[in-house]
Amino acid sequence: MGFPLLSLITWLPMVGAAIILSIRGDEKTVASNARWTALWTTLIVLIVSLVIWVKFDRTSAGFQFVENVPWLPEYKVGYKMGVDGISVLFVLLSTVLTPICILASWESIQTKVREYMVAFLILETMMVGMFCAMDFIVFYMFFEAVLIPMYLIIGVWGGPRRVYAAVKFFLFTLTGSVLMLLALLAMWVQAGTTDIPTLMHTSFSAGMQTWLFLAFFASFAVKVPMWPVHTWLPDAHVEAPTAGSVILAGVLLKMGAYGFIRFSIPMLPLASAQFAPFIYTLSVVAVIYTSLVALAQEDMKKLIAYSSVAHMGVVTIGLFTFNEQGIQGGLFMMLSHGVVSAALFLIVGVVYDRIHSREIARYGGLADRMPGYAFAFMLFAMASVGLPGTAGFVGEFLVILGALQVNFWLAILGGAGMILGAAYTLYLYRRVIFGRLTREDLMHIMDLSPREWAVFVPLIVLTMWMGIYPSSFTGFWDASVAAMVKQHTAALLETTKLAGVMH
Amino acid sequence: MNWTLALPEIVLAVIGLAILIIGVLLKRDAVTTCTMLTIGGFVVAFMLVLNGGQGTGFNGQFIADGFSSYSKLLILAGASLAAILSIDFNHKQGIERFEFPVVMLLAVVGMMVMVSASNLMTLYLGLELQSLSLYVLAAFARDDLRSSEAGLKYFVLGGLASGLLLYGISLVYGFSGTMDFAKLASVLTNPLSASPGVIVGMVFVLVGLAFKVSAVPFHMWTPDVYEGAPTSVTVFFATAPKVAAMSLLMRVMCGPFGHLLAAWQSLIVIVSIASMVLGAFAAIGQSNIKRLMAYSSIANMGYALAGLAIGNADGVRGVLVYMTIYVFVAAGTFACIIAMRRQGRAVEQISDLAGLSTHDPLLAGLLSIFMFSMAGIPLLAGFFGKLYVFLAVVNAGLWTLAIVGVLSSVVGAYYYIRIIKVMYFDAPSPAFDARAPSLSFVAAVTGLFTLLFFVFPAPVVDAANVAAQAIFK
Repeated sequence: MGFPLLSLITWLPMVGAAIILSIRGDEKTVASNARWTALWTTLIVLIVSLVIWVKFDRTSAGFQFVENVPWLPEYKVGYKMGVDGISVLFVLLSTVLTPICILASWESIQTKVREYMVAFLILETMMVGMFCAMDFIVFYMFFEAVLIPMYLIIGVWGGPRRVYAAVKFFLFTLTGSVLMLLALLAMWVQAGTTDIPTLMHTSFSAGMQTWLFLAFFASFAVKVPMWPVHTWLPDAHVEAPTAGSVILAGVLLKMGAYGFIRFSIPMLPLASAQFAPFIYTLSVVAVIYTSLVALAQEDMKKLIAYSSVAHMGVVTIGLFTFNEQGIQGGLFMMLSHGVVSAALFLIVGVVYDRIHSREIARYGGLADRMPGYAFAFMLFAMASVGLPGTAGFVGEFLVILGALQVNFWLAILGGAGMILGAAYTLYLYRRVIFGRLTREDLMHIMDLSPREWAVFVPLIVLTMWMGIYPSSFTGFWDASVAAMVKQHTAALLETTKLAGVMH
Repeated sequence: MNWTLALPEIVLAVIGLAILIIGVLLKRDAVTTCTMLTIGGFVVAFMLVLNGGQGTGFNGQFIADGFSSYSKLLILAGASLAAILSIDFNHKQGIERFEFPVVMLLAVVGMMVMVSASNLMTLYLGLELQSLSLYVLAAFARDDLRSSEAGLKYFVLGGLASGLLLYGISLVYGFSGTMDFAKLASVLTNPLSASPGVIVGMVFVLVGLAFKVSAVPFHMWTPDVYEGAPTSVTVFFATAPKVAAMSLLMRVMCGPFGHLLAAWQSLIVIVSIASMVLGAFAAIGQSNIKRLMAYSSIANMGYALAGLAIGNADGVRGVLVYMTIYVFVAAGTFACIIAMRRQGRAVEQISDLAGLSTHDPLLAGLLSIFMFSMAGIPLLAGFFGKLYVFLAVVNAGLWTLAIVGVLSSVVGAYYYIRIIKVMYFDAPSPAFDARAPSLSFVAAVTGLFTLLFFVFPAPVVDAANVAAQAIFK
């Protein structure tokens, strides 16, 4: 066991939180110190996490940077951390987005700044820990603990209906998670361990797989979110502060999809294959229905929230095609959506900070006063639509390729999301940016400040990089995905053979 | 006759009598001195239990084993926390009397006898010593109508429960010819040949004990007594007696009646499900935080009973871990509730907590740790309690119990996070009075336990494992 790099980036934010809690002085000093401490902590975490990017061995399909500390030795539960090709980039996504969130909340959060920053640092610990966990119990603990800071972030610093949104978010997610806990316990009892790599190679009986899958589905589908359990998302997004929406869209939604690819698909291959048509149906409904709903929205954040549901629908189609293109596309889409939708929420946050309204009709003609803003908005809008050359295109294209191998109509209907996506995104863009500047207060609106540019530039670079040279990202998971697809096919083949022998 | 096995109980009882004399003789400051001496007595008993021998004494009436030691340590810890909390509350409420800690101490002696019982008679004696002391405590604020009402209600219903228990004991004795746990177990080795009279008697014993742990449908007294009794008494009710009664229930069900598992398992499952569901749903409508905690304790006992329903060492281990965590979290929560005073008066409405995070971020932070823990959110201790119980339940394949249990924990989470919502999201109401250091101490100690339990869960779990194995030897 080498240097505990993953534990370092997981628990470092907690150290930052402890420092912030120990700051004394008047309110202004505390607020300013809290901001700077949070920013520096998250930046240090980001830099340390880049070491993982550099040192990660892309040719290996296994877990790397593994740490293992006995925790409940009698029950074969260990504090085990490690990343493989599938999880490593999500760790980086979390560590990139958190400092951006801190920076984005610099001026917009003025009350209880200390608590806000502490909540964000705790959130970072939970997110990173969840993607690094190699033990199911440890994973569950981080997965579930995310609820605490997120509940407070929405509830304390949110909009007018924040209480409703926070409680709804909490209860929806918790209901799914406790059912997953039962499935986890059942697997623990069956396999005698909660070590994820071991569980991946444990075969469960077909009947048990069905029940386990349904229990996992209850948890992950809420988190993704899939239609029809997506209704908490628009509420949570609309009421959350900008940075809260960014983390919600950027990372928390990925936790559900990550759960599918980490647990459901490799551990329960038979049930996954059996339920794939069911997942396709829900995903296609999500893509088409929520895209149409997005067209009718009057609130910018709500529109982007619905578009997230549609995009995540494409992700779930990709993951459940069980072929390399589909899974790679799903993973890529998760990453690109993490960057692009996060950026779009930040875009909304910029005008919300100035005018304090998210109503689309309230704006118009912003291009005159805010050319820089119009440029950034356009770039992210195009990426969201899936324009070639931007991050959004690669994922959608691969998913459609993967879906074509499964079913022609699945590919067509899943691809319809791109067209509908173009419709609502461009419609939004036209109404906000183009047209005539008529409102009095919009006449004096300021373009992006240097701090805001500092927020957007990394995201712009990432969006373009992912679009133009995707293989520097796909390279990470090539080996892991290939291994997973191979194992899945082998597991299915095994059962068919068995069934052949029985008959 | 190996009387040294009962040394902790004997020493504690003698200390109690000595404190009584000291209290009468001292003119000034009797209360603080007596409370300190009581806590000192608990510490001495704690040490004696830790270093005590094991075995059976008093002609098989009394047993000291790993299980009884674990429960006694937990009872003493819970009682000590409650005693510390009582100092400040009783002083400010003007019900400061030196008898208070002494009665508490006698109740603890009763509980220690209960968990060491290895004969139905010892069981009854311990239970009655405990109950009588608790009746007195419930009515301790005798000039307060609510407190007297609580005391009377508890006395009448408790008397009924004791009667049922005694009736059950007499049936068991009549049909089996023995009251000794070990002999009962050997008489009942073959469940098919067990006489129906014994089974009826066992059900009566179960009912009497279910009353003491306030499990549905024998919970009616709990909300009224919790609300009416002075808060310093409520915190005591919520911690040590619950541990004692639950331990006794485990000992009786898994020991002498262990072979009748098939007969009592479904009963416990039903009681457990009813407690979890009622505790979760009935708490939603409460506006008084003490009443809410009463329903919360009913639900918590439901989870503990779920572990007992399995009737094996796994389940007992889960219950012990659960109770350990519950005692600390409940004591911490009540420390926060006792700190709710405005202009010298105790307030106990949930709405009084509004905006607490603005005036007193530390108290709000601690109370939210306890609430999230009660809701079973991971990293906090409460999650591990549920984890071990449900692990055992799933292992035994009792799926209905498991599914109802986790779903009612979601309903329960609703009212716990509602308290956090009131503290953090609502507009501030006037600030509370300054906290006494004793309250901050208890809240901080239990808060740290709740927060950091996840780092080293192994010692508690291992100790509980050893204790659970002892029952089934």
